[in-house]
Amino acid sequence: MITFDRVSKRYAEGHEALSEISVDIRQDELVFLTGHSGAGKSTLLRLIMLIERPSRGQLIVDGQNLAKIRARGVPGHRRNIGVVFQNHQLLFDRSVYHNVALPLVIAGYEQREVGRRVRAALDKVGLLAKERALPITLSGGEQQRVGIARAVVARPRILLADEPTGNLDPALSAEIMQLFEAFNQVGVTVLIASHDLALISRLRHRILTLRDGRLVSNRA
Amino acid sequence: MSAADSKARREGASTSRARLRHRFNGWLNHHRLSAADSLARVLDNPVSSLLTWLVIGIALALPAALDVALDNARQLSDKWDSPAQLSLFLTATASAEQSRELQRELQERPDIAAVVFVSREAALQEFSQLSGFADVLDSLDSNPLPDLLLVTPAPEAGPVTALHQELAADPRVAEAVLDMAWLERLNTLMELSRRIVLALAAVLVAGVVLILGNTIRLAIESRREEIVVVKLVGGSNGFVRRPFLYTGLWYGVGGGFFAALLVAAALWFLGEPVARLAELYQSSFELGGLGLMGSLNLVVLGGLLGLTGAWLAVSRHLGRIAPR
Repeated sequence: MITFDRVSKRYAEGHEALSEISVDIRQDELVFLTGHSGAGKSTLLRLIMLIERPSRGQLIVDGQNLAKIRARGVPGHRRNIGVVFQNHQLLFDRSVYHNVALPLVIAGYEQREVGRRVRAALDKVGLLAKERALPITLSGGEQQRVGIARAVVARPRILLADEPTGNLDPALSAEIMQLFEAFNQVGVTVLIASHDLALISRLRHRILTLRDGRLVSNRA
Repeated sequence: MSAADSKARREGASTSRARLRHRFNGWLNHHRLSAADSLARVLDNPVSSLLTWLVIGIALALPAALDVALDNARQLSDKWDSPAQLSLFLTATASAEQSRELQRELQERPDIAAVVFVSREAALQEFSQLSGFADVLDSLDSNPLPDLLLVTPAPEAGPVTALHQELAADPRVAEAVLDMAWLERLNTLMELSRRIVLALAAVLVAGVVLILGNTIRLAIESRREEIVVVKLVGGSNGFVRRPFLYTGLWYGVGGGFFAALLVAAALWFLGEPVARLAELYQSSFELGGLGLMGSLNLVVLGGLLGLTGAWLAVSRHLGRIAPR
């Protein structure tokens, strides 16, 4: 589903964030990506989302060579990927409902369909009762779950998460991970960047470890 | 092609058509949402929006009011245009009899209101009185002046110039003079004023576009984070652009509306003294306004300028805001 073939990313100022990454993630997998901060986890996710382009190597996502996607095609590519951010990236001037609805509005769904899907997504993350609340009134864990609902509402085939449990206590973190496992079980490819080794080594999934931009371990 | 094939094809065509319709509906939906949302945002800040509307309104009202003033002046000068007089100098060989015959002939024409005959003798007398050259003229052995017919065209007749050409071609007429010099001067003056108004309008319109561009730039800055999030979850440039274009449209339309209002208020303010002045000149002149179409044009123009300003701001600033 996601294939890195000797991918490197060098920034303009000369710093090499990723070097010679080769890895293959299957469609039914949930994979953790770990390493110290600055090891290149975020850069790897940004390459998949086409926020950045690789300097060298080939990256194939869902059968598409990303080098072939031009600027015009980037929004369409991002619509096929759900993303959960560490800082949630919610819009604080609109309700939970409208935050979750955003990807559907962008994709041009009809209002009735939007309502149906948003409520289904909020139901999955256990926040159906909060649809009218403003994000600012929610706890950190709840905000993160709104972010997850927004990431999955358009039923993407791939779900990326960048430190989704970064600011949460262990109990909440475990809960969030269970949500990701549930999505993986219904066929979504999930890639989670996290430095919470204690948490992710308890879950039985493949772990990719990055150190200074190199893939140093790839174990199931 | 088998029956199954063609069936699959039909279904393929109909699903792609359904997808197209779905996308079109979504696009239309987002236009509706953007328009409503932008309007709500504009109305949410009544004071600053009102100020923007007024600035645009004043900038548009100035050239619009001058244009209305010019229109009124043109109407006045049109009224003066019709009774212009034609002077027909007849050939020197024409006898008084022939001249009178031509006068009768012309008087019967429907496009001529009146013909006054000034005989060469009368003309000489008048000239010697008025010019003070009586002695010199007396010393001439023959009268150098021709007979003159003063022709006043009928007010409902067509352009004077056509009549002028026709009469000039008559063999009995030596020269036909259309006394329009003052009218030409007036028309030149009007043309000059029109150009000044146009230049002023161009400058002010450019100003309006810049003001709107700047207003939209500020709107973009204040929603920077939102734009980043929308781009992260796959919003296209068109999707991000739309609400700002609508914001520009609403500012422009409001500005055009205020401009029409200001012009109407100015005309109402001037209406009474103008009517009194016209009365004093025994004229039935009435101050013309923008009218419904003119006001609508102003609103549409405002909307277009708003879109233009927004487009400039959006194309300059939106591209720079990208997820980091």
